[in-house]
Amino acid sequence: MTDIAIELRGIDKKFGLVHANKDIDLRVRKGSIHGIIGENGAGKSTLMSILYGFYQADDGEIFVDGRKADIKDPNAAIAAGIGMVHQHFMLVENFTVLENVMLGAEDSQILTSGISRARQELKRLEHEYELEVDPDAIIEELPVGLQQRVEILKALYRGAEILILDEPTGVLTPAEADHLFRILKQLKDQGKTILLITHKLREIMAITDEVSVMRRGEMVATRKTAETSVEELAELMVGRRVLLHVEKGPALPGEVLLSVENLTVRDSRGCDMVKDVSFEVRAGEIVGIAGVAGNGQSELLQAVSGIRRAVNGRVLLKGEPIHVTGKADPSELRHRGLAHVPEDRQHMGLVLSFDESENSILGYHDDPRYLNGAFLDIDAIRADAAEKIEKYDIRPPNPRLKTANFSGGNQQKIVLAREMERDPQVLIIGQPTRGVDVGAIEFIHKRIIEMRDAGKAVLLVSVELDEIRSLSDRVLVMFDGRIVGERAPDTGEGELGLLMAGVENSREAAE
Amino acid sequence: MSVPYAKLPAWVDYGLIPLINLAVAFLVAGLVVLAVGESPLRAASLLIEGAFGYGEGIGFTLYYATNFIFTGLAVAVAFHCGLFNIGGEGQAYVAGLGVALPCLWFDAYLPWYVIFPIAILGSAMVGAAWALIPGWLQARRGSHVVITTIMFNFIASSLMVYVLVDVLKPAGSMAPQTRTFAENGQLPRLDWLMSWFGLDIGGAPFNLSFLLALVAAFLVWVLIWRTKLGYEIRTMGFSPKAARYAGVSESRIIIITMMLSGALAGMMALNPIMGDQHSMQLDFVGGAGFVGIAVALMGRSHPVGIVPAGILFGMLYQGGAEISFEMPQISRDMITIIQGLVILFAGALENMFRPAITAFFATMTTARAGKTLPAGE
Repeated sequence: MTDIAIELRGIDKKFGLVHANKDIDLRVRKGSIHGIIGENGAGKSTLMSILYGFYQADDGEIFVDGRKADIKDPNAAIAAGIGMVHQHFMLVENFTVLENVMLGAEDSQILTSGISRARQELKRLEHEYELEVDPDAIIEELPVGLQQRVEILKALYRGAEILILDEPTGVLTPAEADHLFRILKQLKDQGKTILLITHKLREIMAITDEVSVMRRGEMVATRKTAETSVEELAELMVGRRVLLHVEKGPALPGEVLLSVENLTVRDSRGCDMVKDVSFEVRAGEIVGIAGVAGNGQSELLQAVSGIRRAVNGRVLLKGEPIHVTGKADPSELRHRGLAHVPEDRQHMGLVLSFDESENSILGYHDDPRYLNGAFLDIDAIRADAAEKIEKYDIRPPNPRLKTANFSGGNQQKIVLAREMERDPQVLIIGQPTRGVDVGAIEFIHKRIIEMRDAGKAVLLVSVELDEIRSLSDRVLVMFDGRIVGERAPDTGEGELGLLMAGVENSREAAE
Repeated sequence: MSVPYAKLPAWVDYGLIPLINLAVAFLVAGLVVLAVGESPLRAASLLIEGAFGYGEGIGFTLYYATNFIFTGLAVAVAFHCGLFNIGGEGQAYVAGLGVALPCLWFDAYLPWYVIFPIAILGSAMVGAAWALIPGWLQARRGSHVVITTIMFNFIASSLMVYVLVDVLKPAGSMAPQTRTFAENGQLPRLDWLMSWFGLDIGGAPFNLSFLLALVAAFLVWVLIWRTKLGYEIRTMGFSPKAARYAGVSESRIIIITMMLSGALAGMMALNPIMGDQHSMQLDFVGGAGFVGIAVALMGRSHPVGIVPAGILFGMLYQGGAEISFEMPQISRDMITIIQGLVILFAGALENMFRPAITAFFATMTTARAGKTLPAGE
């Protein structure tokens, strides 16, 4: 017996010219929670894919429980006792929990005996690890946190002793994330080994025993979590000192540039997602909207930016009404000084198959400076894109490269450059740093503060509470389509968290 | 998180892979020929010989290709907007009216070079109008264009039978077709063009509309990649959400794109009516609208791919006719099988060989570069 659950020796993997993993060694202690942290593109997912058998390493060896393992596909990984919870769940949405857990492990062609065995086993697992889920619930009717629990059950059902979780908290509310961490600790206490991949430093500090840092395909360090700090890890990840704290002076709010009055917005299913919401954003201030994803923030952003029609209410831009309940035209709003960095960067803010320069005019493509009559002025468009690339340090600096080939952070910079360089009066930003690496986050936050200091009105929506608190001058909390409270940005996380969960009188409750 | 992935050079993506797909299609077709007891090699040589071996064969190949280029472009323009217009057949059929009517009205008074532009405009407008209805239904009512355009093919077919039998058929004639146009309603053949290459097109109806097809291909390229409208069409096609965000009106773009697509399909009618038969006959489109789907697929919806793909299918039509003439065992239906295989391998199974080729090139480039780049930026 050995106390090492997984050992990787000299793992090496190339994709063409990209050296995704360079000679990686890793030892994961049995019964521990081991974090793997690194920026996007550092090679974390590749390494885990090799361990789970999606890819074959070009070189190197894998040992599971001290025995050399030849993991050539996910079935071999499962046989070796390795289970994986993917970032994007691999569940059949219209199947029940039980059916999903059984899928691929039905035992025989006739399901009845398998079903009853699976039901028993599920009950045992639930009992043992406090993983309660109704086995007969349909997946798509479950909240995200429970869907993730089903993924974990799936792995345990297959006898996993080692669990790999890839960015598990990306879709969870703070409360759900806390619950997940409790489950992980429980699993650890029962002797399971857990590999947690994340780019969130706080999670690493909160739950792991040991942490390994990857940068540009290399394993740069392994630390005992108790003996390291957020600052050290951030520096190891990026390779230089990072300013984690946003520095900004006091706000100097001016006139009201954006005012929302009694706005009600319905989603495509006909449910009221924004209910009678009113607020104002003044020149020179950042108003942050905090809330758990799905409480109406997306619909609010879309209505204010003219993408989605509101049912009721008024929105005034510089005192002039926007036709939010009628046919608001996003391009007209742009001309009137409203810029919008959408939440869904990959489908809404960008066309990924376009080249960079084509995306740098999206929404402004009717500007005469990009046109010769009805024709696109390709030279002018590329020159303009090159200018923005330089100013926003977009890498690689090639306006003709396909947008899909840029990293998340650089894609976001393409959008920001497009929207901010127009000198808008009002800037609406949704999830500015989702899927963006640490280095770029710093840059993006600085830009947003600069916009504020230049006297713009900024409306910020983010599910990252830290981000809201560090950037905003005022924080509005949204729950179930309503603004349930306004707080100062230095309000305690506990109080904001309770407001986000819909608990009234959160001030008393937090005490 | 993204998976790093090696990019293929453009010539492999757009040149080598289609060629390999084509080669495999012919290989499988060869097995079919073998199965009916004929020599695949002889069939292949008959096909090539029949399509490209002599002036008249080339003339016919390019005549068919003209049809396919027009319908291929029609499908491609709609593809760029994310629309699947499979109504090219009906749009071209009805657009025959836009060609035949000016010819019937003016062929006694106006020279061909005046009638030709009128017929171009007429065919484009009628084709566009026929595509407008499904386009409008898609844009305003959400009725899927695949369903509506296919229905409109049937409506077009019945409508044209009525028009040809009850309206345009000259009194006393037994054939459901218009009268033959006078010389002013006939397009000049391109025998002079072929004679530059020392070829004699004989009786082949290779005519001016081929050049029009090439001009149309160029204009489609300009439209899609160099105009504001094309930019909006592509935005809509790749990401309707991004189009909405950018303030592009979804219904406007869908309707305009369907009309452009219908206009291109409609212009196909010029070739058989003014260029070949000099009258409008029953079922003159003859499936070209559907072949256009394959041509657009194979040509990757790019005019530079569509022109050669159109010529390839022209070759299959012409060379195939030759094979069925020389080899009685092989009927015209066999030719349809071969065309089907080409569509299968070049369209549906387009990516079958891609992983192997990507892996091959990855090792090649790594070996050549001798060093590797770090991951990420």
